[in-house]
Amino acid sequence: METKDTICALATPHGMGAIALIRVSGGDTFKIADLIFKPLKSGLLLSEAPTHTIHFGNIVSGDEIIDEVLVNVYRNPHSYTGEDSIEISCHGSYYIQQKIIELLIKQNVRLAKPGEFTMRAFLNNKFDLSQAEAVADLISSNSKYAHDLAMKQMRGGFSNKIKDLRKELLNFASLIELELDFSEEDLEFANRKDLKKLLYRLKTEIKLLLNSFSMGNVLKNGIPVAIIGKPNVGKSTLLNTILQEERAIVSEFPGTTRDSIEDTIIIDGVSFRFIDTAGLRSSDDEIENIGIGRTMEKIKQAKIILFVFDVAHGNIDFIKEILDEYRHLLEDPNKRVILIGNKIDQLIEMPAGFKELVELDTIFISAKRKENINLIADSLIKSVEKFQISNNTIISNARHYEALSKALQSIEDIEEGFIKELPSDLIAIDIRKALHHLGEITGQVTTDEILGNIFGKFCIGK
Amino acid sequence: MFNEYDVIVVGAGHAGSEAAAAAANLGSNVLLITMNMANIAQMSCNPAMGGIAKGQIVREIDALGGYSGIVTDRTMIQFRMLNKSKGPAMWSPRAQSDRTLFSIEWRNMLEKTPNLDFWQDMVVGLIVKDNRVLGVHTSMGQEIKAKSVILTNGTFLNGVIHIGTKKFGGGRIGEKASLGLTESLVELGFEALRMKTGTPVRVDGRSLDFSKMTEQKGDDDPKHFSFIDAPRLTNQRSCYITYTNKKVHDTLRLGFDESPMFSGRIEGIGPRYCPSIEDKIDRFADKTGHQLFVEPEGWGTVEYYLNGFSSSLPDHIQFKALRLIPGFENAKIFRPGYAIEYDYFPPVQLKYTLETKLIANLFFAGQINGTTGYEEAAAQGIMAGINAHQITHEIPEFILGRSDAYIGVLIDDLITKGIDEPYRMFTSRAEYRILLRQDNADTRLTPLSNKIGLASDERLANVIAKNNLVAQIKHFIETESVSPIDVNQMLIELGSMPLSQKTKISNLLSRPGISMNDLMKTIIPLNNYISSLGKGLEEIIEEAEILVKYENYIQKEMEIANKMSKLDHIILHHDFDYKNLKSLSFEAREKLTKIKPSTIGQASRISGVSPADISILIVYLGR
Repeated sequence: METKDTICALATPHGMGAIALIRVSGGDTFKIADLIFKPLKSGLLLSEAPTHTIHFGNIVSGDEIIDEVLVNVYRNPHSYTGEDSIEISCHGSYYIQQKIIELLIKQNVRLAKPGEFTMRAFLNNKFDLSQAEAVADLISSNSKYAHDLAMKQMRGGFSNKIKDLRKELLNFASLIELELDFSEEDLEFANRKDLKKLLYRLKTEIKLLLNSFSMGNVLKNGIPVAIIGKPNVGKSTLLNTILQEERAIVSEFPGTTRDSIEDTIIIDGVSFRFIDTAGLRSSDDEIENIGIGRTMEKIKQAKIILFVFDVAHGNIDFIKEILDEYRHLLEDPNKRVILIGNKIDQLIEMPAGFKELVELDTIFISAKRKENINLIADSLIKSVEKFQISNNTIISNARHYEALSKALQSIEDIEEGFIKELPSDLIAIDIRKALHHLGEITGQVTTDEILGNIFGKFCIGK
Repeated sequence: MFNEYDVIVVGAGHAGSEAAAAAANLGSNVLLITMNMANIAQMSCNPAMGGIAKGQIVREIDALGGYSGIVTDRTMIQFRMLNKSKGPAMWSPRAQSDRTLFSIEWRNMLEKTPNLDFWQDMVVGLIVKDNRVLGVHTSMGQEIKAKSVILTNGTFLNGVIHIGTKKFGGGRIGEKASLGLTESLVELGFEALRMKTGTPVRVDGRSLDFSKMTEQKGDDDPKHFSFIDAPRLTNQRSCYITYTNKKVHDTLRLGFDESPMFSGRIEGIGPRYCPSIEDKIDRFADKTGHQLFVEPEGWGTVEYYLNGFSSSLPDHIQFKALRLIPGFENAKIFRPGYAIEYDYFPPVQLKYTLETKLIANLFFAGQINGTTGYEEAAAQGIMAGINAHQITHEIPEFILGRSDAYIGVLIDDLITKGIDEPYRMFTSRAEYRILLRQDNADTRLTPLSNKIGLASDERLANVIAKNNLVAQIKHFIETESVSPIDVNQMLIELGSMPLSQKTKISNLLSRPGISMNDLMKTIIPLNNYISSLGKGLEEIIEEAEILVKYENYIQKEMEIANKMSKLDHIILHHDFDYKNLKSLSFEAREKLTKIKPSTIGQASRISGVSPADISILIVYLGR
């Protein structure tokens, strides 16, 4: 743990807001602060400011003023991290945030890794281990809901599952090590078929965990939502209405092309990311049907699908067709589909198939008149809860993901070693690597562990 | 009668002999005190050196300039390279020795060592002042002064021998135990515990029927342990393999009531991996037969050692059961197996130099530290001998890391993790097995040892010459290409994919199942090049082959070793007050206070010290 370097990060969620907060912590905090912050009234340099004080001034880059800001000063050890730190409250434009962080990085401040502030707090004894474990692994999630959820999961199923996996691999390692160190003895070794089966199981389980990362990641980066439906059912209007109504935070993340612009909203601490909204805005006049090209791609990416149809202009056959398509979408158990009957403002009588639509929890709205949009928000939140129930083991931590990926790689190397009939001392190197990577999550690997296992189970002669 | 010595070594077993030789060769005035001059470097148990992981250690001792490898080469009656079918990390030299010659050769070599005196006596106490050792008291009333003292008492401290219900004092059968020394050490504040080990029956070869056993011959192409001085073994003696059976087991069970182990008369802990035959039968009741090795004790003698039949059951039971083993129907025995209990000092009381933390200039080496095996003892001996010399002359200590040598693994394990059974080396104890090969022990250690003045310049010159040749061959293989037409027939014959275009020779060599030998036979320019370098280059060619063939794996381990070694360079001061670092876990505080690790790396290997504790220490030190 290098704690001598100074780190920074945006402490408020990405995107536009009235105010954004940038946190800086580490030994050089005040030295660097003096370089980029010019006090406006007091004339007091931050390096001279007492702890727990607030200072008004400009963030400057040479002669250029970037923003007028307030800076909170915390002196070691009376800060969140226990180190010297400051918090810069700037205006919440995306440009200003980026500019200030760029300035800091130019002064050799490092962008903090996820959870690093909390890790430092832990190391400085600001937290006990259990608090820090829970917080550090989750701090990077940008919504409270995801945060609570992942914390719960980290403490429960996930680490136990890794422990089980490691234990099995340890048994495996013991067999290999036994063969090596006691090859002169008359031992009966486990047959390779069993070992290969075990490897296969390990691989499957690790892959399952790795796949769950996409869900964990989704929780952090926003759950992808697709709005689909036939042309002219009001998809664009609906999108705009949702974005306006649920104004909590609306942001635009500029990408490389216009096409990848996405809109994100946060409802009850969960962020939702609308896929291909640019397409929605521009392509509503085009012929666009479920089952072709772009829509299929959207459906593939989405976790939640808002399936919009025109409830005011269709007979019973039309509704049946809609319901068939709806059932077809439901075949993928990893997705939630919300039926949305739009244009209730144009209804003159009870819509066709009304009873069935109600049974399927169809939400009847008027995007144009902004009626019942709050129901969509409720339904989005409920959908997320359903995900949680069906995915009890979710990885949301990039470090764990990396460790698991490396473990998987090592396991594949082991398998390859068997196929190539490599000597087992070489295979053992890959086994130890796999153990090491899994151990990065649960604790340490020691060779004693392997030996202990050997002696517990086998008859060693000489 | 005596002048003050630089170093006194107490005990002349494998540890003591290496310690005395190393200190004397470095230039210290050394006195070697033994209870019996006739039993120098006695092989108390089986007449063999080396084996898996142990063979690597002997090679390392030799590379450092110790004697064990040379003595073994000169006195062996059989040589085998174990695990030849596995990767090079596992190749392990093992030799059967002539037990008597081994001891005589050791004594000859010690007698030829300058600066080394001998004294036959029993050390009963230490002269200690202000927590520093100043010499020893002996049973004959001598008081001999020295700047440092190395204790290598083996199994002799309060040794008690058990055979069935019979029990008597002794350090080895027929030899007296060493009394009084443990008590004086405990009085100084050392912790002492009991351990147990055993040895099997010795048999008269004239009474055995070898036709009922499987012969185990030595290698057709016997190698050697020493990197210098290597006489070629032309004639070898065979070992034999036989098995116990249900009848043998049933007979042995009759004596369980009188077993000192099962009745609780032995309190010491025995090794799990070297159990007595009664232990094996008891613990693995469903196994109907156990393998036994019948090992000759020397060139001329008819005495055989029955490896695998270690026992402390009553002699008449041992005898009865023995005769039920195929080939042993008419066996006569020279003496029964026995168990021995002895005092050891938990090695967490030592520093990396094997100097005790409690008393300055006092060193412990060998079985007194709870290890088992000649090789482990000798390794500690040479390291204690070197460091006793260094400390006496105020020269920096000599320490080997876990990625330098098995010896480094051994000592780090002992002083960091402590032990709860006799400690034997295994390759699996080493994190960097593929770096710690028997073939490169000289490359790893001779330069280090030459620097402190132990390994001779001749040894160093050998290493440099060897590595130059290896580099040349490696360069040739890595830069020269071959065409499909030249090698495809060979590749097909060996079941490997034929080439479609030119490729470097090294690419072929890194394929499984393709050896340097295959390539040299097929690729004429390669063969010509190697011939041009000289004759008798088998070991050099093999070394180049290993480096190319396993480069990927060697690289993998090297990376991890480099990463981990960073932690081994962060020093923890001995006075570090862990008790006041409240963010450490309670267990970590206790363990760290007790063991006083000298680096963060060592601290990280203490059981009960978690990665979180280590992070806290690093942060703390970073300030």
